[in-house]
Amino acid sequence: MKQKGWKDLPPGSVVLEGGSAVNFKTGSWRAYRPIWNKENCIQCLLCWIYCPDMAIKVKDGKRGEFDYDYCKGCGICALECPGKKGKNAIEMIEEGK
Amino acid sequence: MAKIVAVTGNEAVANALRQASPDVCAIYPITPQTDMMQKYASFIANGKVSTEPILVESEHSSMSACIGASAAGGRVITATSSQGLALMWEMLHIASGDRLPIIMPVVNRALSAPLNIHGDHSDAMGARDTGWIQIWSENAQDAYDNTIQAFRIGEHMDIRLPVMVCLDGFIISHSIERMEYLEDAEVKNFVGEFKNFLPLLDLDKPKSYGPLILTDYYHEYKRAQHEVMTKVKNVVLDVAKDFEKMSGRKYGLFESYRLDDADIALVILNSAAGTSKDVIDSFRNKGIKAGLLKPRLFRPFPYEEVAEALKNTKAVCVMDRADSFGGYGPMFMEISSALYQLKEKPALINKIYGLGGRDYMPSHAELVLNELNEIASSGKIRIVKEYIGVRE
Repeated sequence: MKQKGWKDLPPGSVVLEGGSAVNFKTGSWRAYRPIWNKENCIQCLLCWIYCPDMAIKVKDGKRGEFDYDYCKGCGICALECPGKKGKNAIEMIEEGK
Repeated sequence: MAKIVAVTGNEAVANALRQASPDVCAIYPITPQTDMMQKYASFIANGKVSTEPILVESEHSSMSACIGASAAGGRVITATSSQGLALMWEMLHIASGDRLPIIMPVVNRALSAPLNIHGDHSDAMGARDTGWIQIWSENAQDAYDNTIQAFRIGEHMDIRLPVMVCLDGFIISHSIERMEYLEDAEVKNFVGEFKNFLPLLDLDKPKSYGPLILTDYYHEYKRAQHEVMTKVKNVVLDVAKDFEKMSGRKYGLFESYRLDDADIALVILNSAAGTSKDVIDSFRNKGIKAGLLKPRLFRPFPYEEVAEALKNTKAVCVMDRADSFGGYGPMFMEISSALYQLKEKPALINKIYGLGGRDYMPSHAELVLNELNEIASSGKIRIVKEYIGVRE
């Protein structure tokens, strides 16, 4: 994307639209990546409730994949996940591995 | 029709603020500004103005309240002095960076330590790099007139910047002077209705103020802020022209007093300029061509115009009522920068006077003018920076 020059910026660095945080892909901050193991997921949606961002997609009441554009890899979902019979449904792995 | 009154500088400025009908006023007391906001609060209590007062717990909060109210979309004022201005420091940058036209009289007072409540310019000079427009005032009339003009300057659609109107603590804020008030209707008409610009309370067009902007755009935003400052001079002159039509009182970027053919000149701000003008007159009566330049617009500083006004002098003394310890006085640095661009420049010296409200006497001006006269004839400078009116 071509960056704007100083003459084209809105005065006072005011953001002129609502919901523009969606344009800022914070997923690049991530050091650890959560992996969802579907076979251990009981669809309790605790991960969705605890996610401090909106990085767990839910459709028709069912958990879907992580939204890696915004997941910063905080690991709260992995900590809260009760899993199935002691087997965790979310695992954190180091990025780049 | 003008109304002739005898009032203090604080009361005069409180009236100018009232006549502009601000929407919001953040109020926190600090000497010597306190009674300006006290008078303003009494205007509100007596139904003379419909401003919403916000009583805050510190100046950091008062400037924060002003920023919120101004971004929401309203005409916003506060006033402060000294430590209060110092406590506002980080918020001052946010007000200017967000381009919010907050109007703030600053009743100039010394900074601690040691604790001192009296007038000098250390407070506002310390805030010169905060991105605010600064207009300085010699007396109650100047302060009143400058406050009214400040609304038009700061709120101008090409500018949208906060403005400090500076006046000397106690010497002006608490002394009663003869001056002229304009009619409420005249000021209302001159200042005009407040026009919104990117208001947060426009719910149909949601906005955010104060985003995080890193290495990719911060430099560009600061460049844009610099550009706005370059437009201020012309707006100040246009507003002054309109103000003259209404009031008959003339204002510029600075005042030149008997400067046109002067060999020696003082550059001096605010109330001490009045004392100096009398001494200039007595030197003129002795046949010595002395003159004076009193800056009015200090930020942005009119370098070219000041250089043009001083270029034919032989020796100039810049009088600073503030010090930059380990440097020259803040006004000296500006005048020195302005004159450097000239091929032939006058000799330039710097005197620090009147700190913490120390009286500036006609004898001080005489001393300096005599020294300038010697420099003009001998070409020799004894010392560049020196304190005057100080006990050895």
